Amino acid sequence: MLSRESSATLMSAITAFLYREARLQDEHQYEAWEQLWTDDGVYWVPANGADIDPERQMSIIYDNRSRIALRVRQLMTGKHFTQTPQSNLRRLISNIELMDEQPDDGDIAVASNSLIFESSLRDDTLWAARNEYRLRHVDGELRMASKKVILVNNDKAIYTLSFLV
Amino acid sequence: MNMMTGVSPWERLIRPDRVHGSLYTDPEIFEAELKNIWYRTWVYVGHESEVPNANDYVVKSIGPQSVIMTRDEQGKVNLLLNRCSHRGNQVCSFERGNARSFTCPFHSWTFANDGRLVGYAFPDGYEGQDKAQLALGRVTRVESYRGFVFGSFAADGPTLKEHLGGAAETIDRLVRTSPEGAVEITAGFLKHRVKANWKFILENECDGYHPAFVHTSIFGVADSMIGKLYGGASTALTRDYGNGHTEIDLRPEFRKRDAPMSWFGTSEERLPDYTTRMKAAYGDTAAREIMIDGTPHVMIFPNLFIAEIQMFVIQPLGVDDSVQHVTALQFKGAPDLNRRLRQQTMGSVGPAGFLLADDSEMYERCHRGVLARNPEWIFLGRGEKRQRQDELGFTVGHVTDEVPSRGIWTHYRKLMEPN
Repeated sequence: MLSRESSATLMSAITAFLYREARLQDEHQYEAWEQLWTDDGVYWVPANGADIDPERQMSIIYDNRSRIALRVRQLMTGKHFTQTPQSNLRRLISNIELMDEQPDDGDIAVASNSLIFESSLRDDTLWAARNEYRLRHVDGELRMASKKVILVNNDKAIYTLSFLV
Repeated sequence: MNMMTGVSPWERLIRPDRVHGSLYTDPEIFEAELKNIWYRTWVYVGHESEVPNANDYVVKSIGPQSVIMTRDEQGKVNLLLNRCSHRGNQVCSFERGNARSFTCPFHSWTFANDGRLVGYAFPDGYEGQDKAQLALGRVTRVESYRGFVFGSFAADGPTLKEHLGGAAETIDRLVRTSPEGAVEITAGFLKHRVKANWKFILENECDGYHPAFVHTSIFGVADSMIGKLYGGASTALTRDYGNGHTEIDLRPEFRKRDAPMSWFGTSEERLPDYTTRMKAAYGDTAAREIMIDGTPHVMIFPNLFIAEIQMFVIQPLGVDDSVQHVTALQFKGAPDLNRRLRQQTMGSVGPAGFLLADDSEMYERCHRGVLARNPEWIFLGRGEKRQRQDELGFTVGHVTDEVPSRGIWTHYRKLMEPN
């Protein structure tokens, strides 16, 4: 167990990290967002529930690190029409909890809720999700080793989700 | 729309090389489509492998209607309407499961999974009532082709085999990709909603003109060989099978490459288990041909799109509200191929797919675009002068030509015109 003081320091660093990630996503700073990932990062947005096996069942996103890079490169072309023009976005991050300070693999398990307002050519769309992270200290900085985004309505038909969620 | 003029409104709206923009946006036309297409002709509903065991069920749809596909205790596949015969409540609220019966939560009427009413609460109030008259509604005709289950609400009409016509051969081709000759639908569906008319989706599936432009962002950054298939120099073909079924036939390009599994961007060496099983199943020569030709790219009218590695099911909910249900095709006896098919499908399609996010953006922009009424028409004349008949008598054109759209609208007009 961490002391109360170091736990508070860690929580504060995690909160700042999550807010920063949210801002980079909202403002389409794709390369800066990509820098937040570890080299073995996994970006997962399941479909049809929270607990499907992504190796057997379809997910909305199930990117390994190279596919995260490809996703960012596509957005950077300026010809990914679903994001040209870009969606206007603002998201609220809340309910940040440290789920496991020192799991066996040394990563930090963190969870939060998010509520995202997207305004695009199609319409205004509200998205809500549970976010589960595994964060890791790399060279003194927090990085995402995994991010799982469980959309509240992931069992339903959803509109195009082409911004970074 | 004036139905009283004596001239078929469809003749006015659908011309050989153009169709009227209102066909995509008029709510009355959408209602007429439900009646004349979705609730009459053969519509793809589900795959037998989704209900492998007795009493399995999965909830599917025909247009906005909820349909329960069950396998009853005798092993027969039923398409039941999800509507209690008492007061209309939906009897099934879960997407899938295993159940011998469905009990309506409203007044506890219970139906067997073959649709029979087996009991209701406090039966003394129903003295003399014949339960057989109160079964669940069902899709009038159910037929399957190589595991693909279709339903038709018309008591009479062409058989499924007649409806599929020449396009049945594409499904034969598809299942041969499995060393056991069967497709399995086991990977779950992504459900991608678009605020656009369903026919923009239908027509785009075999539109070989758009990929070089709509998908330029991903072709530019990924190591993709797809772009060349749809270029000006491509020898691939568009084909109209009749009955609204259309295809992009990529085999001429794959045969030029003459490399097994090149159609999927891989090789025999990377799929040793699959290659061994295919050769054992079909013999070296036939296996090599199958593995060079690849799987079809075919749009079975009105809602089943087999797109080489995945399967889409188009569902119209309203004149400007549609859902694309999509899953990776899985081939029985091909685990190493199937894993790659799932990975590629997840990257390409669905709400966040590298390809489909942009296709769907086009559907929505087209829908908003045609609300403008000048010009009134969608122009579909590309390749009209250079189209020809293939050796089987089907119309074919260059891969970028609008042979498929013209074929779809010819069939559409036949269905919509009063008989």
